[in-house]
Amino acid sequence: MITKSADKTPKIDVEVTHIQQVSDIIKRFTFTPIDGAPLPVFGGGAHIVVEMLDGEILRRNPYSLVSKPGSTDNYQISVRRDDVGRGGSLYMHNTLNVGDRLRVSHPVNLFHIDRRARKHLLIAGGIGITPFLAMMAELEDESANFELHLSARTDGAFLDELRGLYGSKGSFYRDDHNEVIPLNEILTGQPLGTHVYVCGPNGMLEWILRTAEAAGWPSQNVHYERFLAPPTGLPYEVNLATSAITVKVGGHQSMLEAIEAAGVDAPYLCRGGACGQCETRVVSYDGELLHNDHFLTDEEHASGTKIMPCVSRFQGRELVLER
Amino acid sequence: MVAGVRVTHNTHPRITTVTCSQDGNHIMLVEGIKSRPIYHPLEPKPGSRHLFVADAEGAQAILELASKTPEGFWDKARILFIPSSSAGKGYEDRLQELINFPLYVGPTIAAAIPRLTKELADAHMGTQIYMAGTEGLIGQAMMVALEAGVDQGSIQREHRGSEARRVQCVHCKGITEDVTTQPVKCSHCGLMLLVRDHYSRRIGAFQGVCIDAEQPGTAPEPEEAFL
Repeated sequence: MITKSADKTPKIDVEVTHIQQVSDIIKRFTFTPIDGAPLPVFGGGAHIVVEMLDGEILRRNPYSLVSKPGSTDNYQISVRRDDVGRGGSLYMHNTLNVGDRLRVSHPVNLFHIDRRARKHLLIAGGIGITPFLAMMAELEDESANFELHLSARTDGAFLDELRGLYGSKGSFYRDDHNEVIPLNEILTGQPLGTHVYVCGPNGMLEWILRTAEAAGWPSQNVHYERFLAPPTGLPYEVNLATSAITVKVGGHQSMLEAIEAAGVDAPYLCRGGACGQCETRVVSYDGELLHNDHFLTDEEHASGTKIMPCVSRFQGRELVLER
Repeated sequence: MVAGVRVTHNTHPRITTVTCSQDGNHIMLVEGIKSRPIYHPLEPKPGSRHLFVADAEGAQAILELASKTPEGFWDKARILFIPSSSAGKGYEDRLQELINFPLYVGPTIAAAIPRLTKELADAHMGTQIYMAGTEGLIGQAMMVALEAGVDQGSIQREHRGSEARRVQCVHCKGITEDVTTQPVKCSHCGLMLLVRDHYSRRIGAFQGVCIDAEQPGTAPEPEEAFL
């Protein structure tokens, strides 16, 4: 059992009841609540933060829920193994077994369906399909008008399942066949009132956002979720003024993780630089703030008065935070 | 004054709806009612089509935009224009010169609404929508655009010409067009109405509330307030 949790975010104790190998590098995990009580309801696009005690390290990684919205007896997530990542996905793939117990957060949704849309256009790259699995189940239930475009490495994960479930609503593009999403045609052919949702690697995301803007898509109709694992870097120290302690941040650790490991309660939701929940005031610094979030504005980054410790780092002599 | 914010000053002391407060170096005009629409000058945006709806002096806003537009912009433009009154006379030829597609000229806003509805139903993403002219036109065109699934934040709106308001009587729900006085007599039920800044997007009108409910017959004389 995990007892090292310092923060006050509501948590649920769960047991791993099923692990499915979806492709060579993707596994789907089913978590069932230990107390048997119904789980909180979630909508398509929601994620949970999974706490893993990996040796001495407490990891908290966010994963999109891929089970059917409305189901309250279990949660499912899909995890892509990242052999060069910080280790969370390797722990999930190599260490976690059926019968193991974990603690997960209540669901949080930063990527929900916009109900005002006349049509929903979903564009995913690789494992970026995960938030759309739940979204499409919801849209299909509501007989909403939607179409999916998924670009993937090969004919692997999810494709057979998606073809079966959604048939002609899905279009699939394989990198190994040099197939590219015909983005311009797709964007310009949509009826007025269409909303687009994008989830995938950063390069793809930037390409789609840029193309949509140039094609005259208003920002109100464009929704996206970035995957941003906390970047690694050089170790450094941070002084927490309110707590009156100094915390060492390891090279493979995020500032937020280091603060939590020191027993200081810090707010968070997405742990990926998107939601703004962990925003922290910088009291003073001598060095360089390495901002990696996409929540603060360029002006706020330049001001040196705020930082998002979930993904941002520091390099220099001294950093003092109000925490 | 905050750039682009239009503030209505009512002359009657009982019905002032605007307050001022000092904030640092500049005066902030604080409006009590957030639903009051805010308008900005039209700007060219990238798009596969540009759909303009204008009435009366709104034509002037389109003509002024023409000095800022990139090459090829007007080849993709359509304009629906309602001259409305003498204020809109003389613009038709100049608007038609801008575009290849035939200019639509409507006799009234009500007559032009079905045409706008059809244009929006046939439109694709990438269509930019621009509205210019009276608040009555903008309000009614917005109702159609919102119904077509367009987000209000993505529609450009520039107020030109008369300050006349479209007012809904909150008592009988009747709409009175082209209201220029404060208070105003409801053209449906005859109550004397205080015209508020409280605006309904759903019906594209300001709200009018009975001004002398406690003592009928004590309403102040109407004064020209929205010219």
